[in-house]
Amino acid sequence: MIPRSLLIAVAALLLLVVSMGIYLRHMRRRAAEVESPAADALPVAPPVTGPTEAVTLHVADDAAGILRDQAAQIPLSGGRQQRAEELLRALLRIYQQPGARHPMAPAADIRAIYLVDPGAAVIDLNAAFADQHRSGILSEQLTVNSLVETLALNVPGIERVTILVEGKMRDTLAGHADLSDPFDVSAIKRTGNQ
Amino acid sequence: MLSTTNKILIKKVLATVLASLVLLSAAPFANPTDSGKRISVYSPVAVYSLPVLDHAGREYVGLLELLEPLGRVSSQFEGQRWKLRFNAIDAEFAAGKTRGRIRGHDVDFTAPFLVEDGRGLVPLSTLPSLLPRFLGAPVNFHESARRLFIGEVAIQPSFRLDAANPQLTLSFNAPVNPMIATEPGQLRMVFKRDPVVSPGSQSISFDNKIITHATYSENNGDAELDVTASQPLTASFSSDRKTITISAATIFAAQAASATAGGDGNGKSIGTGTAAGFQNQAQSPPAASNAPTIVHRPLVVVDPAHGGEERGAALTDSLAEKDVTLGFARLLRHELELRGFAVNLLRDADTTLTLDQRANAANVAHAVIYISLHADSLGSGARVYTTLLPVEGPSNGMFHPWNAAQAPALALSREVAAAIALQLQKKEYPSHAFSASLRPLNNVLSPAVAVELAPGGNGIEDLTSASYQQRAAAAIADAVASVRDRLEGQSGDRVIGSSGHLKSKAFDFRSPDHPITRLSDPTMVNR
Repeated sequence: MIPRSLLIAVAALLLLVVSMGIYLRHMRRRAAEVESPAADALPVAPPVTGPTEAVTLHVADDAAGILRDQAAQIPLSGGRQQRAEELLRALLRIYQQPGARHPMAPAADIRAIYLVDPGAAVIDLNAAFADQHRSGILSEQLTVNSLVETLALNVPGIERVTILVEGKMRDTLAGHADLSDPFDVSAIKRTGNQ
Repeated sequence: MLSTTNKILIKKVLATVLASLVLLSAAPFANPTDSGKRISVYSPVAVYSLPVLDHAGREYVGLLELLEPLGRVSSQFEGQRWKLRFNAIDAEFAAGKTRGRIRGHDVDFTAPFLVEDGRGLVPLSTLPSLLPRFLGAPVNFHESARRLFIGEVAIQPSFRLDAANPQLTLSFNAPVNPMIATEPGQLRMVFKRDPVVSPGSQSISFDNKIITHATYSENNGDAELDVTASQPLTASFSSDRKTITISAATIFAAQAASATAGGDGNGKSIGTGTAAGFQNQAQSPPAASNAPTIVHRPLVVVDPAHGGEERGAALTDSLAEKDVTLGFARLLRHELELRGFAVNLLRDADTTLTLDQRANAANVAHAVIYISLHADSLGSGARVYTTLLPVEGPSNGMFHPWNAAQAPALALSREVAAAIALQLQKKEYPSHAFSASLRPLNNVLSPAVAVELAPGGNGIEDLTSASYQQRAAAAIADAVASVRDRLEGQSGDRVIGSSGHLKSKAFDFRSPDHPITRLSDPTMVNR
């Protein structure tokens, strides 16, 4: 015969386990709710107020396989580096619009741009930019050309551009475009309008 | 009542019988063994060969592998059943059973269907009844030689002997590309990739003292034509490789002295090295009757991009770029071989290769051109790429940065890319030439291009259409053939010697004395 006190203790423990499970599930759901909006967030749009400057962006067109010039306004920045980041974020916003001719994932972003004298620039993309990029030679090369040419056109003195992903070297953007070496700006300019 | 001894005896007998039954029942499902046998498949869209497996005295081949080059195919297991879908045709088989279903109709096998490592294996003897149900085309199977002809692809030779010269002319209704070897008194032509069939008789006798007779035979996926003579023989191709002229070497030498043969695929002298060599390499007419004669077939390296764990672009939910590039590459190999090129396919299965491995393989192969094949669902037609060289590191004497090894060949690469784009346009593929930072193009020493096939008017289905790929492959092969002279003379470093062997200039980077070397830091290539 099992003692009555033991039965009560086991029942109490079981009740405790079940209630802890329910509480754990509740906490995980709350945590997921907090995280999900951040993951899907688009890059923050620039402030509409304040001084802006007109720039020209080289925007990729997948169907035509070319870059097209497109005028845009970016916030007037004090620093050269900050201005470069605003430039590429403006470019990225075009690609993230519904119906874009060179669509990119909403989570894609530019982490930072480093301008290293003499003539070198480093573009640091976030992981989503590369991981969710369309795979294909044309699409990936248009992205590279668009970033490099836009930067070189608007930030004088850049001769070569290195592209990193999450601060690290990466073999390819999405399986094709080689990111393991710096890009020669003059070579891209020569071939960009083929 | 039985005694204890008898009971033990009965138990032993029963155990032995049971064990034997288990072993016998398992025998049909034991692993088939690779026998070294091959089956050659000839179809209008692809020519290929597959390994044949022996099992319980029967010959088997993988059904998925057999159908893969002929269309879009997929398979999956559902319980004990192996389901296969070829284009829009569904089939179902079960391991150990001699009956399957194709398009809802039963089909009987001569031996049980087998499953090994997820692969469905069918007996070879079943192919003539099995394949027409999938392909809707007549199939002719030479079972003893394991040669499978799908559709009207057979090439039948005809013979004409000019007794006065004497000279034997073999005419074919399509270009052929045999391996040729001479032995004293005999010239052997082995057709590994040509659907050559019997000329009507296995042996043909000629009323001639020099060229006496010819015999035809088939074995292990190959066809062979042997011409027997009382003197050493030599052979030459003409009419775009549809004609092979065989004559006594002494007569050929006399003819060659008075007239110079020339032109692509026309009048190229062929012969052989040793019987073991079987290499078709370029060569001058033989000076001595027993001297080996070699014809040069420029080598093209074709690289189906991606493969194995590296799937490439997801063209649809179920279609990976790596699968399209492999099928496309096989077709391109066939088209190039028809035009007189030797082809090295960097992968002929779903295997993983790194970019460095691909570049190294292309460089050590001494190819006249490297062609990388890609596929993309974006856009239409096809795009041709040459490399966009990165910022080049400093050269160090005769060493050159690995990432810019392509630099000296880039101008010719662009010529080839333009020629390919032009030929693709002629075949109504919207096509342009671009530059892209695409490895391993920049690591390849010879001219190097990448072709990215995109859908046509039928959308994404075109990428798996054999006819769509076939036309594109033919256009690429035409373009490469159109610049063959430029490719062969690209660096002027290949010299054909009087012995017919390749010689190299002192600083030929392709010379075995100067192997292409990749250094660790900085990565350099020895030129």
